[in-house]
Amino acid sequence: MAFKGAIVVDTEKCKGCGLCVANCPTQTIALAKKVNSKGYNYAYMEHPDNCTGCGNCATVCPDTVITVYRVKI
Amino acid sequence: MDINEIIKPENLVYGKSKVLTDTVMHYCPGCSHGVVHKLLAEVIEEMDIQDKTIGISPVGCAVFAYKYINIDWQQAAHGRAPALATATKRLYPDKYVFAYQGDGDLASIGTAEIIHACNRGENIVVIFINNAIYGMTGGQMAPTTLLGMKTATTPYGRKAELNGYPLKITELIAQLEGTCYVTRQSVQNPGSVRKAKKALRKAFENSAQKKGTSFVEIVATCNSNWKMPPIKANKWMEENMFPFYPLGDIKDR
Amino acid sequence: MAEKLLKKGNEAIALAAIRYGADGYFGYPITPQSEVMETLMEEMPWETTGMVVLQAESETSSINMLYGGACCGKKVMTSSSSPGISLMCEGLSYMAGAELPCLVVNVIRGGPGLGTIQPSQGDYFQAVKGGGHGDYKIIVLAPASVQEMYDFVGLGFDLAFKYRIPTMILSDGAIGQMMEKVELRPPVKRLTDQEINQKYGHWATVGKPATRNGNFISSLSLAASEMEAINLRLQKKYRTIEENEIRFEKLMCDDADYILVAFGSSSRICESTVEIAREKGIRLGLLRPITLFPFPTPVIQEMLPQLKGIMSVELNSGQMVEDVKLAANGAVPVEFYGRMGGSIFSPEEVFKAFAEKFNL
Repeated sequence: MAFKGAIVVDTEKCKGCGLCVANCPTQTIALAKKVNSKGYNYAYMEHPDNCTGCGNCATVCPDTVITVYRVKI
Repeated sequence: MDINEIIKPENLVYGKSKVLTDTVMHYCPGCSHGVVHKLLAEVIEEMDIQDKTIGISPVGCAVFAYKYINIDWQQAAHGRAPALATATKRLYPDKYVFAYQGDGDLASIGTAEIIHACNRGENIVVIFINNAIYGMTGGQMAPTTLLGMKTATTPYGRKAELNGYPLKITELIAQLEGTCYVTRQSVQNPGSVRKAKKALRKAFENSAQKKGTSFVEIVATCNSNWKMPPIKANKWMEENMFPFYPLGDIKDR
Repeated sequence: MAEKLLKKGNEAIALAAIRYGADGYFGYPITPQSEVMETLMEEMPWETTGMVVLQAESETSSINMLYGGACCGKKVMTSSSSPGISLMCEGLSYMAGAELPCLVVNVIRGGPGLGTIQPSQGDYFQAVKGGGHGDYKIIVLAPASVQEMYDFVGLGFDLAFKYRIPTMILSDGAIGQMMEKVELRPPVKRLTDQEINQKYGHWATVGKPATRNGNFISSLSLAASEMEAINLRLQKKYRTIEENEIRFEKLMCDDADYILVAFGSSSRICESTVEIAREKGIRLGLLRPITLFPFPTPVIQEMLPQLKGIMSVELNSGQMVEDVKLAANGAVPVEFYGRMGGSIFSPEEVFKAFAEKFNL
């Protein structure tokens, strides 16, 4: 069974620690070149097509800013 | 498939726990405290005990834990959380009471309180964050600081002759008759986070079954005071902390 | 007819705790007050009223157990003697800062340091002027009899909850150890958890219902402006207490030219000194402050026009005399007589000192 996923990052609350980037098994996530109002390079889906919605990013996120969605395909 | 077709309520697989508040945590980027707070909130939500849980926050970085988890909280004096938890649990035996403490709070200034609460077998949960350094005060030596580790008060590295040895308080706690569950966990990757959550859930369930004290150590990072970026800090922890503070259950009965 | 028993002061404290509906006692043994916890353990109130009694690992832990219990809206208390109270001062400061009610009994022994186990009043400053860090006050009640040891447990809890403030019974080894007749008052029932929730659920940590956000109890506020606001609120509360809660007793003060001011066991001795003076035709009276904070300053001030002198009589080096002097504010001479380190004066000795100081 295959899954397709997507994440929504609360970019204003993201502190750009990069733990989600390091723990993403499909290299979906990267830190943005832009910064949020606190000056952090927030996380975003650089390669949304890769996302399987595994939830690893949200699991390790210390600030709980990632919401994960997933569908079976 | 279009992203907007995926991002729909019916496809939600991981969202923020309702037990967490919307307040942005004051912790540094990548801090382990945030993950542990999240796990606590999730366990409280999943066990449906938000109305029955009373938390005791320490002195140290987690002093403001009460801002982030929406339950009733008491903020203790440095090291004294187990004493507050003892009275609270004895006066409200049907509540879930946990003390959340760092290494300086629990293993240095509050050593007497934690040893005796555990030895009495208080039916409480203790969450012990061990990042081997004092975070809030700016990176001084903790009782759990590793030999050779540089801190603000061991600028040339901790030396046993000068500073004594790092304290394996969790192994000590496991020796006490009053404890029923003593475990050491970490939260640096998805697998460890899931294990840590299971440990926390078990600890709360033990407290309802009046089995004694459950003690969950989380080996953690302090990026700012270790002076490392979060990912490097996790790696340093795996390479240096885990050999001295090995993960896993130390006691389970 | 009310039940009367012959009891030690310390035992009276324990019996009163049970009968006034205390929810918890947390303590650590120290002479001369160990009978408080010993009596509680003998009485086993957990079998009757449900009161929790626990021997803690230290006084530090005891006071922090009070902190936890008070956070829960429960009636909690401890007792100790001077060195133990020193250890509790950290906790008292936190509880004053977090505005928590509790009852602490200090059966004073002579100091400083480990000192002696004999009675003293050397902890007046510690009790009345703070003891711990920061600008705070606690209510301090000074019993002079075993009956008052009993009664002030009830009064102490009432005041503690009325103002959400730690309250101390400041006794000494003499009153703790002496045996006297004590009349047991009608028992007060412990509040149920539901009643506590109704009365204190808006601030206490009783478990967060769905209808409100989590309560948190803390003495921390990093912003200076917020901390100042908290301090102003505390000071306002202390002024309210000063306006409403002063308690005292006067003996032969109506026509007095001179008064002795003495509390607790000193005041009992001074009652005889007043008799000695009166027999000699000297119009001496006695003012016994029952509340040491709030101090009966206005009571002294009202009497100033009739007085030629005041002598503060204490079992210490002269502590309360500072408050007497503040009250007199130079209007009449204020003298002091005291003994220290566990020694006690006799009525004759006090009279001799009084006569010498005022050239009578």
